Amino acid sequence: MTLYSISDKKLDGKCPTGPIEKRWTQHKASLRLVSPANKRRLDVIVVGTGLAGSSAAASLAELGYNVKVFCYQDSARRAHSIAAQGGINAAKNYMNDGDSVFRLFYDTVKGGDYRARESNVYRLAEVSANIIDQCVAQGVPFAREYGGYLDNRSFGGVQVSRTFYAKGQTGQQLLLGAYQALMRQVARGQAVLYSSHEMLDLVVIDGKARGIIARNLITGELERHGAHAVVLCTGGYGNVFFLSTNAKNSNATAIWRAHRRGAFFGNPCFTQIHPTCIPVSGDYQSKLTLMSESLRNDGRIWVPKKKDDPRKPTEIPEEERDYYLERRYPAFGNLVPRDVASRAAKERCDAGYGVGPSKMAVYLDFSDAIKRMGRAAIEAKYGNLFEIYQLITDENPYETPMRIYPAVHYTMGGLWVDYNLMSTIPGLFVCGEANFSDHGANRLGASALMQGLADGYFVLPYTIGDYLADDIRTPKIDTRHEAFEEAEKSVNERIEKLLSVRGKTPVDVLHRKLGLTMWDYCGMSRNAEGLKKALQIIDDLEDEFWKDVAVPGTGKEWNRELEKAGRVADFFELARLMCLDALHREESCGGHFREEYQTEDGEALRRDDLFSYVAAWEYTGHRQPPVLHKEDLIFEYCKPTVRSYK
Amino acid sequence: MKVYLKVWRQRNAQDPGRFVDYTVDGINPDMSFLEMLDVLNNRLISQGEDPIAFDSDCREGICGTCGLYINGRPHGPLPRATTCQVHMRHFKDGETIVIEPWRAKAFPVIKDLVVDRSAFDRIIQAGGYISVNTGQAPDGNAIPIPKEDASKAFDAATCIGCGACVAACKNASAMLFVAAKVAHLGRLPQGRIEARERVLNMLSQMEKEGFGGCTNTGACEAECPKGISLENIAFLNREFIKAKISF
Repeated sequence: MTLYSISDKKLDGKCPTGPIEKRWTQHKASLRLVSPANKRRLDVIVVGTGLAGSSAAASLAELGYNVKVFCYQDSARRAHSIAAQGGINAAKNYMNDGDSVFRLFYDTVKGGDYRARESNVYRLAEVSANIIDQCVAQGVPFAREYGGYLDNRSFGGVQVSRTFYAKGQTGQQLLLGAYQALMRQVARGQAVLYSSHEMLDLVVIDGKARGIIARNLITGELERHGAHAVVLCTGGYGNVFFLSTNAKNSNATAIWRAHRRGAFFGNPCFTQIHPTCIPVSGDYQSKLTLMSESLRNDGRIWVPKKKDDPRKPTEIPEEERDYYLERRYPAFGNLVPRDVASRAAKERCDAGYGVGPSKMAVYLDFSDAIKRMGRAAIEAKYGNLFEIYQLITDENPYETPMRIYPAVHYTMGGLWVDYNLMSTIPGLFVCGEANFSDHGANRLGASALMQGLADGYFVLPYTIGDYLADDIRTPKIDTRHEAFEEAEKSVNERIEKLLSVRGKTPVDVLHRKLGLTMWDYCGMSRNAEGLKKALQIIDDLEDEFWKDVAVPGTGKEWNRELEKAGRVADFFELARLMCLDALHREESCGGHFREEYQTEDGEALRRDDLFSYVAAWEYTGHRQPPVLHKEDLIFEYCKPTVRSYK
Repeated sequence: MKVYLKVWRQRNAQDPGRFVDYTVDGINPDMSFLEMLDVLNNRLISQGEDPIAFDSDCREGICGTCGLYINGRPHGPLPRATTCQVHMRHFKDGETIVIEPWRAKAFPVIKDLVVDRSAFDRIIQAGGYISVNTGQAPDGNAIPIPKEDASKAFDAATCIGCGACVAACKNASAMLFVAAKVAHLGRLPQGRIEARERVLNMLSQMEKEGFGGCTNTGACEAECPKGISLENIAFLNREFIKAKISF
């Protein structure tokens, strides 16, 4: 059976042309506007209240649109952006170290291993400085120097210090800023908040996104909500792997349901495995915890030179330690990009040099930094991270090195969008991690927060107007329309189907099996044989799920197991597409490492002549071969070279 | 290890609720408390029984979703930790553990251990923000802020909105939650402009939601997983007095 077919028509990202530094300015000038009187007549739905969702919803409401905003959490403040630790990049050059918009743009395109759109990335770098200004004005308490000015630190893959931070809780502080801006609009009545609501389907009328079906998670009622445009800011799909740094309830249902309704899915196999997470300790484990990349500013990563060294790390003398990142990548040392650092850790552990009870860990050691700067200085910089580490492992990282191992963290892939952040369904916009757009095959540290807020504060508010300008005469969307009828019916049938299996196996058990399969065959390294095997296993597990899943209770009450079952059912379908995408991309780039394509010293081997494109997949039916649409990537300013951090 | 649980079960807000006993064995001390409940729930599900409703999300102590009242203490026995950060190694083998929801009039029970905390959102809506629209901001370094002020504002801003302060308080007061926001914004020059309205409106909303008043017992500070200081309540009191006497 053929796994997929290829469209002969190229997909167009509708990027502006001309000098790159003028593209966004000129594009903005050409976008159509909607007058204040007409904005009052237009409704916009925003799904998700992380950095992208809260910032978009607040900004759109400030402009005068009627905004309805949805989140599955009991409060908008709890979206998983809250957990981002290290920082947010911005090309302010406050440090006088040679940073510029161009350099941030260049670092990001190179960091993404030349699989992102130049126009998008340049715009991201351009608006990055405005984000910091906006957040400071909202009262985000960034770290400051004694003179009262903003402080910066350095992150992986770059040689300047451009990362703004608030201890190890930058995401929390940025999200609270955006959340508070949104709450202000809720108080004004310009935005209506639907917390504890989960989007379960997209409603498309005459080819345009016109609403959603949401389930009230407290009562179980299904609700119809209409709008002139729908914005998805629902985050990434790392939880396909079961174990990840994502929140337990993070899921792909909103984007997957939109995909089934016609939105193309871009580069689904591009997932980020973060190098510094607390290792797995047992088979009961429910999630993995990140230790911020900022720790690599001062921590040194090493393993013993001797295999299965039984000594405590503090007893191993300096000359018997292998600081393998400093050895392999002298120019960037411990601050190589995430994909490179993760693969290097895996390589050492696979070769038998791993440490800790599982032997699947490496050391992240602060003893040199403590000697250099003193314990108090380390505590001031990383105190809360050290506390988290000790709470989980019961070990004191001031006295003994941390044990870390890579874990699933972020997904660069997501719904395909054009330069205006609109998907292939007109009126369906996608922002933040939920879209595919800016990070190519590998995201640099402190760039996710930047992208989420760039999309929400400074891109979407302009581009959505251009679309809505055609809708000023469209009356309120009537939710009695047959498309709403059909969507609600299909959601209801699916819920009934999940409840009617009445099997014996809890959702978590099946989800864990799926996750393990993905980790083994579609994780840090992949090969054709393994991916084909994974496709078979996924089919079998999906069959088992629909035959034997145990979902207790009813659909008309608070029912967490039912919520989980719906999400995992979608994960099976998405997992299949991820494996297929990984199988089709016969090259290695960024986080996508195909064992068949590597250099002699084990680095990723890109094949630009064949794969310099975005793979956007069109849904054709359950277990039906999808259609691959290609959007060619053109590099005018960052000429693709072998990405070297040596 | 093995533990005996007494868990509060309540079908919905109308149900009077009761304690139900469970025995959980085969526990690894490195499991988190919530993972222990996951194990129990999966066992109940396989047996066709209704699992215990509790809420959690990030499971790394930052989202504020989880919150169980364990052996009479919000978030359990460990200081400066949320429920999801408590591990079974903090309990004794054979121990009886009592698990209840947050109990406060302003936090009605939804099911078992899950309560409705939307009152906190409404308190923030009453004034827990700085009124600045996207695009209005001056350069980030245009307003230098003394490091100490920024750092105190940050400490207050680390509140995760979990509600442990309310659960710990004999008056079910939300004063520490309100004070943390009043102090976070009030300590920054950007936040001074609306300081007067903020403190008055947020306090009045707190009352409207049915939270009690503050009698300075300090239970909130003792149980706050983020160590939010009572100093913030003192700051709020100063703001309140200033707001009442200045026109």
